[in-house]
Amino acid sequence: MQPDKQGYFGRFGGKFIPETLTTVLKELGAEYSHARKDKIFQKELSCYLNEYAGRPTPLYYAARFSKFLKGPKIYLKREDLCHTGAHKINNTLGQVLLARRMKKQRIIAETGAGQHGVATATAAAMFGLKCVVYMGVKDIERQALNVFRMKLLGAELRPVTSGSQTLKDACNEAIRDWVTNVKDTYYVIGSVVGPHPYPMMVRDFQTVIGKETRVQILKKEGRLPDYLVACVGGGSNSIGLFHPFFNDKKVKFAGIEAAGFGIKTSKHAATLIKGSIGVLHGAKSYLLQDKDGQINIAHSLAPGLDYPGVGPEHSYYKEIGRARYLAVTDKQALAGLKLLSEVEGIIPALESAHAIAYVQKLAPQLTKNKIVVVCLSGRGDKDIDIVQKANLKRFN
Amino acid sequence: MNRIDKRLNELRKEGKKAFIAYITCGYPNLKLTESLMIELSRAGVDMIEMGMPFSDPMADGITIQMSSQAALKNKITLTKVFSLARRLRAKIEAPLILFTYYNPIYHMGIAKIGKRLLSSGIDGLIVPDLLPEEAGGLKSELKKYNLDLIYLAAPTTKTSRMKKIAQQSKGFIYYISRTGITGARKDISSDIEYNMDRIKRIAKKPVVVGFGISNPAQAAQIARISDGVVVGSAIVNQIKKNLGKPNLVKKVGEFVGELVKAAKEAR
Repeated sequence: MQPDKQGYFGRFGGKFIPETLTTVLKELGAEYSHARKDKIFQKELSCYLNEYAGRPTPLYYAARFSKFLKGPKIYLKREDLCHTGAHKINNTLGQVLLARRMKKQRIIAETGAGQHGVATATAAAMFGLKCVVYMGVKDIERQALNVFRMKLLGAELRPVTSGSQTLKDACNEAIRDWVTNVKDTYYVIGSVVGPHPYPMMVRDFQTVIGKETRVQILKKEGRLPDYLVACVGGGSNSIGLFHPFFNDKKVKFAGIEAAGFGIKTSKHAATLIKGSIGVLHGAKSYLLQDKDGQINIAHSLAPGLDYPGVGPEHSYYKEIGRARYLAVTDKQALAGLKLLSEVEGIIPALESAHAIAYVQKLAPQLTKNKIVVVCLSGRGDKDIDIVQKANLKRFN
Repeated sequence: MNRIDKRLNELRKEGKKAFIAYITCGYPNLKLTESLMIELSRAGVDMIEMGMPFSDPMADGITIQMSSQAALKNKITLTKVFSLARRLRAKIEAPLILFTYYNPIYHMGIAKIGKRLLSSGIDGLIVPDLLPEEAGGLKSELKKYNLDLIYLAAPTTKTSRMKKIAQQSKGFIYYISRTGITGARKDISSDIEYNMDRIKRIAKKPVVVGFGISNPAQAAQIARISDGVVVGSAIVNQIKKNLGKPNLVKKVGEFVGELVKAAKEAR
């Protein structure tokens, strides 16, 4: 599935941006379409992915987790083993290589959980580029470890105090910087959101997840999986896993959103389940918004999921029924995190724990011969403070 | 011919430049917005941009962001802005232009918007995150009612694209004085004369300039090379400075009066 010339997946996507950015987006689109077909670029990228980021990541058969759930065979795609601890590095290496091709000297990014900020700071450091990261002050409080990592990597962190003080407002602030410094600045968007060509480009960089999974599962099981499960905030790890299986109609996709306190409350981040169509940060997609078209503040215990928008390709998958979108609560995600830690010795990121929690629900409905692949998008070190605070009684 | 065209025609005949004031509706409250707009009109403003706040104003700097957040806390909505415009239409002659981001409009429904703008006495619409390429439905809707959809042009806009914008923008072309967001600045961009010259060679329509203009000297400087000047953040700053004071409206009126004078007398 490719977007049309205007950047639309069905009726989702497009370019809703200030006029100042049209030229740079056009240049980016042209550069990317060259790079996409350029064997040297692709070879260079895959070299960095392999030698620097640690790809391919394993597709691990979680035998004890499978046994515990008394259901299907569950495989974990171990993006948590990537350099910097999450799938985010796949995209930032790709985009920073593009920035270098475009001769941009300055890199900016926004971050929620901090993983994208760390991954951008890492790629920028490796190529010797100046890096500025925007982060909401609430997220700065929640993700102290990643804040420190970014600073160690030489990035300048700019706290965002406007609006919800989380990812949504960090995005606004990054766009404002980009509009102002458009000549020398490259904006590394961290998910499959934003104006065209970002949703397509970030998707392409993340499809390494799904492409590897396909090869690995065919080798291990001799067939494709029955289910692919991944968490959805903006939606980059999930689309990276799903996309290479788009035409394999028997492979079911489950995208797991954050239900926060519950989707019947106002405190959740279940954009595709509870949202409506609108325009935010450059694209038309599902959004959490009020009756007047003002954007609502999303909530999730997982900082990487509390974004009120979602990538337009996901909106399209929802509309055509290619993927199902479900949600699990903060509480369920915490339980999933604890379970995986105990039975497999893997502490997942809170974001990924949402996918794990959904597998707990799904597994009992499936027979033993079914195969489920879960994207373990990141590792949980960054979330230790949140987990401790949220569940002191249970864990102490 | 709608009010915007009419006003611009009159100005051209008089050899004068347009002064356009931006104001955030609902900041500090709707009642004061109404008084302020009447005062702006009295101060000689040619057109008024009525800013309908959006929760995520990505093209705006800190001043408009702050006033938008405050107005949203006051529960301002598009419907309330329409009622405000209707009330003002009976009291002031200046053309009214709604300035808002695409989502509130899209959410209200493109098919409804033209009728609602017209019945409110609003004459045009500026949407800073809507490019001509994405404006199809809205463009034809506004055309039905002879309302202007005004596009922006930027220093980064290539000449071929500038031609397209010049052709498609209705009423006038809104040229952004520099790459960046709204907000008062000390200096005017140095490439502005070059860029105005570039647009003027292409466009037969009036070109007004906004973003960053904050004092009478700058207003005069811009008026000399364009068909009009837009001031927003500097006016909102004046409102902020005089919050809670009994003579807020008068003070803002005086400030705007000086800007108008500077723009009108510029030769």
